[in-house]
Amino acid sequence: MSTDDNGDKENMETKTTPSSLSSVASSSKRKVVNTKAMGTGLEARGVHAWFGKHHALADVSLDFAAGTVTALIGPSGCGKSTFIRTLNRMHEFIPSAAMAGQVILDGKDIYDPSVDVTKIRLQIGMVFQKPNPFPSMTIGENVLSGLKLAQLKTENKDDLLEECLVKAGLWNEVKDRLNAHGGSLSGGQQQRLCIARSLAVRPQVLLMDEPCSALDPGSTLRIEETIEELSSSMTIVIVTHNMQQAARVSDYTAFFLSDGGPGQMIEMAPTNEIFARPRDKRTENYVTGRFG
Amino acid sequence: MSTTETTYVIPEKRELTTKPRFSDKVFRGVVTGGGLSSLLILGLIFGFLLYQGFDILKSQGFDFITTSRWDIAYDEAGNVLSSDFGLSSMLIGTILCSFIAVLIAVPISVATALYLTFYAPQWIKKSMVTIIDLMAAFPSILFGIWAYFILMPSGVYWAKLINHYLGFIPLFENKDRYFQGSPFIASLILAVMIIPIITSISREIFSQAPLDRIQAAYALGATRWAMIKAVVIPHGRNGVIGGAMLGLGRAMGETVAVYTVLNIVFAINWKILFGVGGNVASLILTKFGEASAYEIKGLMAAGLVLFVLTLMVNFASDQLVRRFGGSGK
Amino acid sequence: MTMKTDTQAKTYQNVQPKRPWQASVKDRVTTAIVLAIAIISATLLVKVTGLSGKLGFFFAFVLIFVALTSGRQYRRFGSASAKDALVNTLVAAGTFLTLIPITSIIFEVFSKGYKGIYLGLFTSDMSLNSPNDPANVGGLGHAIIGTLILVAIALVISVPIGILTALYLTEIKGRFSQPIRFLVQAMSGVPSIVAGLFILSAILYPITKQNSALLGSLSLAILMIPTVARTSEEVLNLIPNDLREAGVALGGTQWRTVAMIVVPAAKSGLLTAVILGVARIAGETAPILLLAGGGDRFNFDPFNGPMGSLPYFIWNSFKSGTPESIARAWTGLLVLLVVLLFLFSAARFLGNRKVGK
Repeated sequence: MSTDDNGDKENMETKTTPSSLSSVASSSKRKVVNTKAMGTGLEARGVHAWFGKHHALADVSLDFAAGTVTALIGPSGCGKSTFIRTLNRMHEFIPSAAMAGQVILDGKDIYDPSVDVTKIRLQIGMVFQKPNPFPSMTIGENVLSGLKLAQLKTENKDDLLEECLVKAGLWNEVKDRLNAHGGSLSGGQQQRLCIARSLAVRPQVLLMDEPCSALDPGSTLRIEETIEELSSSMTIVIVTHNMQQAARVSDYTAFFLSDGGPGQMIEMAPTNEIFARPRDKRTENYVTGRFG
Repeated sequence: MSTTETTYVIPEKRELTTKPRFSDKVFRGVVTGGGLSSLLILGLIFGFLLYQGFDILKSQGFDFITTSRWDIAYDEAGNVLSSDFGLSSMLIGTILCSFIAVLIAVPISVATALYLTFYAPQWIKKSMVTIIDLMAAFPSILFGIWAYFILMPSGVYWAKLINHYLGFIPLFENKDRYFQGSPFIASLILAVMIIPIITSISREIFSQAPLDRIQAAYALGATRWAMIKAVVIPHGRNGVIGGAMLGLGRAMGETVAVYTVLNIVFAINWKILFGVGGNVASLILTKFGEASAYEIKGLMAAGLVLFVLTLMVNFASDQLVRRFGGSGK
Repeated sequence: MTMKTDTQAKTYQNVQPKRPWQASVKDRVTTAIVLAIAIISATLLVKVTGLSGKLGFFFAFVLIFVALTSGRQYRRFGSASAKDALVNTLVAAGTFLTLIPITSIIFEVFSKGYKGIYLGLFTSDMSLNSPNDPANVGGLGHAIIGTLILVAIALVISVPIGILTALYLTEIKGRFSQPIRFLVQAMSGVPSIVAGLFILSAILYPITKQNSALLGSLSLAILMIPTVARTSEEVLNLIPNDLREAGVALGGTQWRTVAMIVVPAAKSGLLTAVILGVARIAGETAPILLLAGGGDRFNFDPFNGPMGSLPYFIWNSFKSGTPESIARAWTGLLVLLVVLLFLFSAARFLGNRKVGK
């Protein structure tokens, strides 16, 4: 990213009018590079989610195009996290969980009975809100842990290790202490370690559930830079409470809302449009800060 | 606005004393007394056993633990001429049976605990936890009699099988072909008795495995076993060892159940399939009925040794469970 | 760009929640077939080779089942999935092994013990006959009374001490807390025969020189105190601190707060602790043999003379060795087991009542 853009953004951040957010959004330039490894993106069709009898999410259909970054915004409790967890089949770990609808990856529904769910999670990775490296492993072992867990073989572990840490923006800080304890890093570093860990299994899609909400602004900036770089080779979906962040990093934004009933996806548009000219009144109320 | 700095003088901290009312002082005294009573009781146990068994310990010295015999010589008047007490075969028997019991029980308990925490549907989990807790409350006489009538025949059968295929290993030899009442069978019933405890502790430890790391492992594409291996086992390993040691301590102190199945003989026997063995607790029970006052002293000394042994094992286990696993039980 | 309108909200009635991750019908059928194949092959193997009996069948079955399921998973999804399937089976096998003894015990006790149950069992004792007489003569009334007396006295001693200890740990939290907690833990590991020996050497030999229920109760109390103390501590810790603060804020002294607010709030939990302690000692045999003796007649005096008890009755009958006496032992075990089941259910029922906020 050029310093111009950086400078521009810093001036804009003092105001939160929709037009300023949309300027932020359009000032970020991104090239969409369609490589084969990126796959064809991810699509959710009519996804519903229940917890027992409680209908938490209703009829969400979203198409995440390959090589794009999509931000999911909305107030707390509107189902964004639930939705993102249906995308990599983590939702089903909750004992009373149920769902309906389809999630299509590479032309196939990931919920199809013939599918190996662990393979799906290799292709659709996830980074969580609270960094969770494995404390019983070293930094190097953490990055490669995905391979060990899935029993994957690689020719050159060291190259893969370096590549992932470089992509996550952590290589320079840890290259001399790859054998140090996984928990000995700062919060921001731990989160970048978790990102590197997710990258090692070469996912097509990376899901991020409020990855920066537990971090300081400096670490947040580093991670947003990482997201920018990663988007040229994979599809990213990021849940965020921070509208400025959505404006900074995403190509598309989807607004979720629950009006007491199940959470729904109200509106999805290219980021600068949703902030400048939101179609739905509720979206406009949210992005102008009238609630939430 | 002037820019003079206001300097603060930090005042002395006030002393906060709450002088308890008299009734509270009494209350605290009574409660503390109740609490210290356990110290009192434990100390008394140790003290009295030592007091009663002191003569024997003094005259036997280290022989008490290193030799193996139980002889008393009386003269015509019934007075004691000489005595020679040695516990080694009983001690070795206790330790041998308990260790094998733990060896058998731990894999089964860990498997059950894993099943209940990560595999079982809620309704199976609830009912099985109840059943296992119930089993932990069964009295040892129940286990002992069941073992004698029902476990022993099967145990003898398995022992014969092991002897048939693996009899070339000295541990499994049995030249006299006498399989009844062997340390192996005692180990089996001890294992059955300690499985509930180890399962309960392991289950508590596993259920406290950090959820965020479990989710991280699954999100990376791990199967359930891969997740357990990567997250649960490193987290719970020490706690489970602590639980195993607690089972070991229980097994060492077990009296009645071993008594019914073990053939007590004063000879050190490592061949676990062969029908003779030793166990300190059962020895005390056996000899007690007809023991003279003098012999009782020997039994007291034996009780003291057993007490110290179980105390050490339980202490070690407590440290492990407390430090590495849940709330421990 | 997509938007939602209100009309689409109405169509949600048609959408049914599903759980596509659970085993599909096809999966279940395949598993059933694999199970059947494993059973049949194991049976055949047992008939044909030297493997014999239930053990042989069990091993053969497990091995074949593991091979089939792991193999299937390997072909479908690779080695990680195969290992997972293997562990699945091992875990299930271990659980099964845990269940076998307990079902066997309960089954045997009931099937062997019920024959001796008759009304007179509870009203007569063994003073007029020997254990070798047929089961419809004599009974264990004295044993039940004995166990009741023994437990009652042990209760009176251990419940105050146990609950006071728990109160010290949760309410006063003084500097003895660490050692006391450790000691309670140590006490729970005291072998029952050592507790018996202690009372023997401390009181029976020097002072009373005869068996009595009181001495038996003393040793049972040693075994019961740690159970009561630990469970009570857990229960008292569950009482939220708001209650204590409310009591003190109203001007109550500490002892009034504890006695009138905390303890009543923990009532059912403390009762559970007591019941669990009783269950622990009701079946204890070793100290009883040393201290309470046994005797074969009703004895209502806890201070003098041997006192019968269920464990002693069972033990004595067992040692007599004849088929009749052994049948008596099973009947005694049945009565003991029923008492334990009752106590246990009571503790569960009380424990499930929520601690009031």
